[in-house]
Amino acid sequence: MDNTVVSTGTEGNTWGGGSTKPLSASYGKMMMWFFIVSDALTFSGFLAAYGFSRFKFIDYWPIADEVFTHFPFLHGVDAPMYYVAFMTFVLIMSSVTMVLAVDAGHQMNKTKVTWYMFFTIIGGIIFVGSQAWEWNTFIKGDYGAVQTKGGNILQFGEYVAAEDGTQKFKRIALRDFTTAEAKNRVRHENKNGLWYVSEDELPSYTIDEVYKGLASHSNILVRTQLIDENGHKTVLSRAESLKAIKDNGVAVIEGANLKANEYGSPLFADFFFFITGFHGFHVLSGVIINIIIFFNVIIGTYERRKSYEMVEKVGLYWHFVDLVWVFVFTFFYLV
Amino acid sequence: MAGHEHKLEIFRGLWKFKSNVQKIWGVLAFLTFVTAIEVVLGIIKPESLMASFFGMKLLNWIFIILTIVKAYYITWDFMHMRDEVKALRRVVVWTSIFLICYLVFILLQEGGYVESVYSSGYVKRDF
Repeated sequence: MDNTVVSTGTEGNTWGGGSTKPLSASYGKMMMWFFIVSDALTFSGFLAAYGFSRFKFIDYWPIADEVFTHFPFLHGVDAPMYYVAFMTFVLIMSSVTMVLAVDAGHQMNKTKVTWYMFFTIIGGIIFVGSQAWEWNTFIKGDYGAVQTKGGNILQFGEYVAAEDGTQKFKRIALRDFTTAEAKNRVRHENKNGLWYVSEDELPSYTIDEVYKGLASHSNILVRTQLIDENGHKTVLSRAESLKAIKDNGVAVIEGANLKANEYGSPLFADFFFFITGFHGFHVLSGVIINIIIFFNVIIGTYERRKSYEMVEKVGLYWHFVDLVWVFVFTFFYLV
Repeated sequence: MAGHEHKLEIFRGLWKFKSNVQKIWGVLAFLTFVTAIEVVLGIIKPESLMASFFGMKLLNWIFIILTIVKAYYITWDFMHMRDEVKALRRVVVWTSIFLICYLVFILLQEGGYVESVYSSGYVKRDF
């Protein structure tokens, strides 16, 4: 026998399939870690693609804290980043309750696990809700803009004196200087035209009306996407502003969709929808998995199993979602 | 409890905790602190940090480094990577770091190149 069976000398040790588990982790936990690695690579792929597009249009990219300036119930207040900071905190907080649930699970304390899982779920729901609000605000838009032949975005505003005496550029919404006129053009819907053709809702104003409005308000200037050496968007002179709208303006853009947005490069909105959407989908699935585990805790499944490892595994996933958000927060809102 | 021992110190032993629950709150305090710094820097954007350093603004480097610091504490203390064996830690962390660095380098390099094609004036885009 000894001639045919090779003895590796590892019998009883890890490599010999001995008493200890590979990497001292249970099967479930290790698989969760492998999933996390592959999901991390997926997200890195998206964020790196975002980086690619941003580097491609480095002088034209929208400035995040001019885009995300809203806070619920505070209308007209310029509050850059406060809401995302709040969202980040909610997610980190729900990570904390999750890890507390894991800790309570180690002590086999069913009541505590139940409550901490409950708070984690609430945190997740608040986060997803906030993201829905954020999307809604982003899609609706605020100021409106004009798209040029070349696909660039022209925005409007005026110089106002700031408290320290310097001139600051303040954005002005289309509705504040443009008057809609009677028009014959109606939205083409498939029920009253060609049945296989339809179009999006028409913008509130035509490009001609915007031009008239601009011409009759001598204080208003056009701002292009180009970022100057001080990190501000370039503002055109009065004559250049009129010329830019007259010669190059082709469409009025309000809010954001996948084809165009009033903030700048179409890719900005595309990546925003895709990456925060993909992350939001992860949070949503996390909430659903958490709810399933929550009910399992309540009916005592893990109590009977004498181990709360399932809470630990879903916890790993939940922390990972938080981890991804930390990066999304940095690359979409800070950098 | 067997199998659930936690290492109860962070910052290489500078900050020691009595229990795992205490450590969790300590890490939360630290993460909140770091996020607060990021938000404050993001809002005031100090002029002195606008200088370019290695292809990016100094401020952006600070943001990215702080993000990695946060990621480290989330992974190490919330996901209990600190308590796993060294081999599992390396399998997960170094694989990701290597592949992500590679991907980011390739894509950013290429993005910069495309930008240079645009800005050298061969492609008209300001119209």
